[in-house]
Amino acid sequence: MLESYIPIFMMLALGVAFAVAMGKINEIVGPKRPSEEKLSTYESGMEPVRTARERFSVKFYMVAMLFIIFDIEVVFLYPWAVSFRSLGIQGFVTMLIFLSILLIGYYYVWRKGALEWD
Amino acid sequence: MLTYTDFLLAMPLFSLTVTVLLIIATEAARVGRARFSQFLAITGLLVTSLLAGLNLRESGVAFQGMIATDAASSYLTILLSLAGIVTALVARPYFEHRDAHRGEFYILLLFAIIGMVLMASANDLITLFLGIELMSFCLYVLAGFERTKDKQNESALKYFLLGAFASAFLLYGIALIYGSVGSTNLDAIARAYAGISNQPLFLLGTAMLIVGLGFKVAAVPFHMWAPDVYEGAPTVVTGFMATAGKSAAFAALAIVMIRTFDIGGSTTADVLALLAAASMVLGNVVAIAQTNLKRMLAYSSVAHAGYLLAGVAAGTAEGFAGVFLYLTAYTVTTLGAFAVIGWHERTNDEGTSLDDYVGLSQHQPVIAAVMALYMFSLTGIPPFAGFIGKYYVFMAAVRADLTWLAIVGVLTSAVSAFYYLRVIVMMYFRERDGEHIPLPRIPVMIALGITAALVIVVGVLPSTVLQLFMPAM
Amino acid sequence: MTLEQLMFYGLGAVGIGSGLLVVTRRNPVMSALSLVLNFFCLAGLYLTLNAQFIAVIQIIVYAGAIMVLFLFVIMLLNLRDERALSDRLSARKIIGAGLAFGLLLQVLYILMSAADGFPQKDEALAVSTGTVEVIGVQLFTTFLFPFEITSLLLTAAIVGAVLLAKKKLD
Repeated sequence: MLESYIPIFMMLALGVAFAVAMGKINEIVGPKRPSEEKLSTYESGMEPVRTARERFSVKFYMVAMLFIIFDIEVVFLYPWAVSFRSLGIQGFVTMLIFLSILLIGYYYVWRKGALEWD
Repeated sequence: MLTYTDFLLAMPLFSLTVTVLLIIATEAARVGRARFSQFLAITGLLVTSLLAGLNLRESGVAFQGMIATDAASSYLTILLSLAGIVTALVARPYFEHRDAHRGEFYILLLFAIIGMVLMASANDLITLFLGIELMSFCLYVLAGFERTKDKQNESALKYFLLGAFASAFLLYGIALIYGSVGSTNLDAIARAYAGISNQPLFLLGTAMLIVGLGFKVAAVPFHMWAPDVYEGAPTVVTGFMATAGKSAAFAALAIVMIRTFDIGGSTTADVLALLAAASMVLGNVVAIAQTNLKRMLAYSSVAHAGYLLAGVAAGTAEGFAGVFLYLTAYTVTTLGAFAVIGWHERTNDEGTSLDDYVGLSQHQPVIAAVMALYMFSLTGIPPFAGFIGKYYVFMAAVRADLTWLAIVGVLTSAVSAFYYLRVIVMMYFRERDGEHIPLPRIPVMIALGITAALVIVVGVLPSTVLQLFMPAM
Repeated sequence: MTLEQLMFYGLGAVGIGSGLLVVTRRNPVMSALSLVLNFFCLAGLYLTLNAQFIAVIQIIVYAGAIMVLFLFVIMLLNLRDERALSDRLSARKIIGAGLAFGLLLQVLYILMSAADGFPQKDEALAVSTGTVEVIGVQLFTTFLFPFEITSLLLTAAIVGAVLLAKKKLD
């Protein structure tokens, strides 16, 4: 059974190896003539003056949280879609109820302005 | 295939669901203000208790054995709806006073009640877990409902972190039980119980289950969160989670331990008896040292979890009946007590300390009398509800050869009289020098009337109440 | 050693190692990234159990969405305070660690002693249970009721999230 995953793993391993190799080869083969200007974070850009670790606004968090909730909702659609034919009308109605309940939640989010970036 | 009966048995759940979705929709559409949501919530809860009342004499499993409706679960649905109605009545004056009245409160309240009803009617560990999560999630948010207050944020965060930890234990326990039985269905587990009750794997699962549920009912040693969370949360929320939350968790514990596992006389029963004794002793002794009424009632709720656990540890039908009767008594009494505290509390969270109640009888004699009634009931003085609950639970413990536990219970009840009656002494036998507090608004008066009347009715007519959820007894 | 055992031990070792990194790294971003590695190992372990659907979900939901949330939380917190989490040993911590270790030993002992009682793996059954089709049919027949309850749980989560995290309500 597991043997059927071998191509996938080979693909994965190849992909990772290729990415790592490209970076390393560049590092080894490429010529290095560092100067102060080149080593700055942005060549001919704005000078970074503060730490990159700023406090994020809670708004990002709001979006991420709502994304997860609807992401989980969508996850349930996969098994439903795959076995849609064998489930018949009952499966359809079930999913309809599930989605309508969440649709009310979505309506709430929308009207409360949680999707806007005030 | 689903039949008409499936839907009939789940009618209370449907009515709750429809109500909550309606409130969300109107809240989003800004049809009415928060008070319209309150109206919808109370109406929905009334309809739900009516439907549950119609189901009192029905019994059966529905939705492929996921839920089971019987007299006990329907009765508890009524009790939970009642707790919801009382909370909704008290919430509006409380939050309007603090300028924090919003419709979301009723949405989360109803979602929590749906979770609780699921716990009380679960016939599968998956339904049970989903019910617990739905309830807990709403309670976490409700504990921090006024989000600008640091104390409430702290309360919500503590509750959430420890609650999530307890849920993990619960889920692991469910997984291990599933591993040893091969099913999560409670009927299937009950059938397999005799054969596996001594298997280490199954016992480990049971232990984890006790840890998870022990946290939800705040039994020693899983009670650490209760005082801080109860003190920090808005008083109406504290009242709701101390009563309805505990009732649902105990219903789940009783269903799993007594109906499914038949633990009478087993090691599991001994473990529960130990937890019961520890909760009684610690809860009552630490409560004496409390000067804040909310904190005192938190420790008192730990002690009451101990008395209730005694009924579960008995493991008999009598113990089951005792637990349900005790839950009724505890719920109506404590809800009332928290309604009084919520009324007495100032907007800056002061006025919950014991000293603030000095001489209350002089300028609000009615409220002081009602509060005294609750305190008598919590102590277990006849003829009030608290006495009946204790009587049935201790009788069940004695008949199940747990006489020592009943003795611990009676002794600790005597200890508890000290701090409950101290409230009465403060209200009645001291001179008032504090500020004048106006009479509560009508909804709070109604809530106090309902709970006070029930404290007396349950105390005087226990057999009638018993008939409701145990038709055979 | 079969391929299956090789995968199990390999993924298990990396999983435990990355799990330890999550709790020992001082830099929370490092912890979060170790957690991603841990999630991937877990997904691999699900695959060895023929639970393909769960494995994919593990990656989509946990390694994808929930990790983003974790990183946002790390950004949300004031990171300069991370040194305040000192690692001084107190009696409470030692007792806690001792009890946790004791519990671990107990659980391990019970699981080891119960190992004979576990049902043997039925290859044919295992192949046919983890696929998306089978889960779909199960989810929409036997577990239809819990499935619908999930939608209520998600809706409650939506309301709770908006209530707690929305900057300006109304």
